Amino acid sequence: MFVFDTILHRARHGCQTMAYPEGAAPALPDRYGGALRVDAAKCSAGCDACVPVCPTKAIVREPGKPVSLDLGKCIFCAACVEICPSKAITQTKDHRMAVQRREDLFLGAPGAEEVRLAAALDGKLKKLFGRSLRLRQVSAGGCNACEADTNVLGTIGWDLGRFGIQFVASPRHADGLLVTGAISRNMELALKKTYDAVPSPKIVIAVGACAIGGGPFIGHPQVLNGAGAVVPVDLYIPGCPPHPLTILDGLLRWLDRLEKP
Amino acid sequence: MNSACEFLLLSNGTSVPWGDVPEWPAAAFVEATAAELNRGGRLCAWFGVPENSATRLVAVIAFDADNTLAVGRSEPVTKSYPALTLRQPQAHLFEREVWEQHGLLPEGHPWLKPVRRQEVNHPAVGEFFQVSGDEIHEVAVGPVHAGIIEPGHFRFQCNGEEVLFLEIALGYQHRGVEEALPGGPHRATMSQMETVAGDTTIGHATAYTMLLEALAGTEAPLCGQWLRAIALELERLANHTGDLGALAGDVAFLPTAAACGKIRGDFLNLTALICGNRFGRGLIRPGGCKKDFEPERSAQLLKRIQVALAEVAEAAEWLWDANSVRARFEATGTVTNRQANEMGLVGVAARASGLLRDVRFDHPAGWHRFAQMPVSTWPDGDVFARARVRWLEIQRAGNFISEQLGMPPDGGIYQAPGNPEANMLAVALVEGWRGEICHVALTDEAGKFRRYKIVDPSFHNWTGLAMALRQQAISDFPLCNKSFNLSYCGFDL
Repeated sequence: MFVFDTILHRARHGCQTMAYPEGAAPALPDRYGGALRVDAAKCSAGCDACVPVCPTKAIVREPGKPVSLDLGKCIFCAACVEICPSKAITQTKDHRMAVQRREDLFLGAPGAEEVRLAAALDGKLKKLFGRSLRLRQVSAGGCNACEADTNVLGTIGWDLGRFGIQFVASPRHADGLLVTGAISRNMELALKKTYDAVPSPKIVIAVGACAIGGGPFIGHPQVLNGAGAVVPVDLYIPGCPPHPLTILDGLLRWLDRLEKP
Repeated sequence: MNSACEFLLLSNGTSVPWGDVPEWPAAAFVEATAAELNRGGRLCAWFGVPENSATRLVAVIAFDADNTLAVGRSEPVTKSYPALTLRQPQAHLFEREVWEQHGLLPEGHPWLKPVRRQEVNHPAVGEFFQVSGDEIHEVAVGPVHAGIIEPGHFRFQCNGEEVLFLEIALGYQHRGVEEALPGGPHRATMSQMETVAGDTTIGHATAYTMLLEALAGTEAPLCGQWLRAIALELERLANHTGDLGALAGDVAFLPTAAACGKIRGDFLNLTALICGNRFGRGLIRPGGCKKDFEPERSAQLLKRIQVALAEVAEAAEWLWDANSVRARFEATGTVTNRQANEMGLVGVAARASGLLRDVRFDHPAGWHRFAQMPVSTWPDGDVFARARVRWLEIQRAGNFISEQLGMPPDGGIYQAPGNPEANMLAVALVEGWRGEICHVALTDEAGKFRRYKIVDPSFHNWTGLAMALRQQAISDFPLCNKSFNLSYCGFDL
């Protein structure tokens, strides 16, 4: 009977792939905090209440300097937002966070209150990858949450394939790597070998707090605190884990596939 | 102490003074543990506690039928002791781990090799078991796999298509979770517990917070325990639904694969409705839950879960109706009831081999003391059984949440717990979606962690997958693997 059932189901549900990016992005839950904004100018003199509550030591305030929050290390627990007496750290609810340079994730200083989003690829790389990007995924000390929310992009709702982006089963077939996890030392060799096996030119995308800076495991002797320790990273997508929409936005933004406003 | 003394009994989610735990000389302790296991006990945890330059062995045993846990320890021992594995195969990985962590040699252990130890820039996987013969060939898979999957290495000994033996080498995901805990809790501990296995955030976070509350001699407010139980079932719904879809995908049955991939996301979004994060990060904290759960939110959750449950019921029905699916699921990757028992399997894998084994039922703690859940079993031990148990549990979890949302307990959701007491041992078991999560903590003079042991259900169950592959076609490995869907990082810690 399932043949008829499935046909009926298909007819009833129609196309379930979201309209984004042509249409609106899917609604995010009301408690989704999104990227943080840090107005260091609002900090009271000498206040460093946010520094000790951060589980990943993503916030520093050196004497005489403005507070600085590293959104790459951030696991978005919002402990700093709750404790800040002057509302200098706030949640923007914005899902967009992907950047090309590590320093674009440091928030606080005037003019750098929010992340500096990635620009679109240009030139040869855009010509090569803009309409067809094949990625090999390497989890190296990941907890399976970043992996799961990357996998979600392949389901019918998101349908990553419509953008020409696909995860492949061999580094030889890939244009680059999508790396998750804090980079356990036990995966160092495998990550290096996988990278070496990808033909040049190649790119690396670090997804999640672990792959950017070690995440909750930062500083453990068993990890290398992010993909950058082993391979050059071209795109950083923060989150713990990043929402699938954050990952998709990062990929499309970088490939210049987003609708121009 | 003498060899006649008995193990100390305790309930799930409680603590006992470390000094009250009975002790035996190491050899007698192994005897006593084997005797307890022989009379129906099950090994939840077996680990070492460093003491001066020696190590004490500790056993946590579950008597499921009696709803009781038992704990015992050895006197400090150095160098070696007679292996428990020779009498109880379920101890084999535990003894390898103790050997790796404390250098204690289990004399007579049949296959002593590292579990997750680092060797320069890869895990020390050691020598693999090999079958020799002209017709035999060896297949090596991993650590990096052909999809978006965590890393692990699988070594098959094959005769043609037939797998004679599979050995699984893990450790690639080792992040030093346990090593970081002595002296804690630290600033990052709660976040690390939420990411022991990220797909089991609620399960591991619940076990950890239960332990802290037990060590402090307090309990979270009932409403907080209630919300934890709801979140635990939401986590089960998301993962079981995803697994049904993935199993369908592995036999190229696309309707269910496509539908379940989407519905899994719907369940994750319900967890995000409660706390903003699809995996439940930030929801559970020592002392209860961190986010208020207003009646409007509850009503919205109830409405949306009914829709998702109806959709998953439809998608599951196609799966059971299709002869092509049954032909691939049935009699594939069979683990017999006896094998499952001897290996100490837990969770879905155990129940699919007919074992009545479920922490929510056998060792109720938290909200499960007031709202019991029937145990879902299937007798056959094959891929079909593991899929079927998931489907039964999806229905039970759906009913549980729907019922519970209608009867929230009064009171607050959070009350800061006290500090952990000094020199206490606490045990917490939680039935995560994969199976029994066991956390054991021992505090020092100052009430800080002296030793913290985590046993993810995958630690028990990876051996089950290796056994399931014997005499199977190697082409059925992905299907068998998916039917267990075990955690790499939860095992590697």
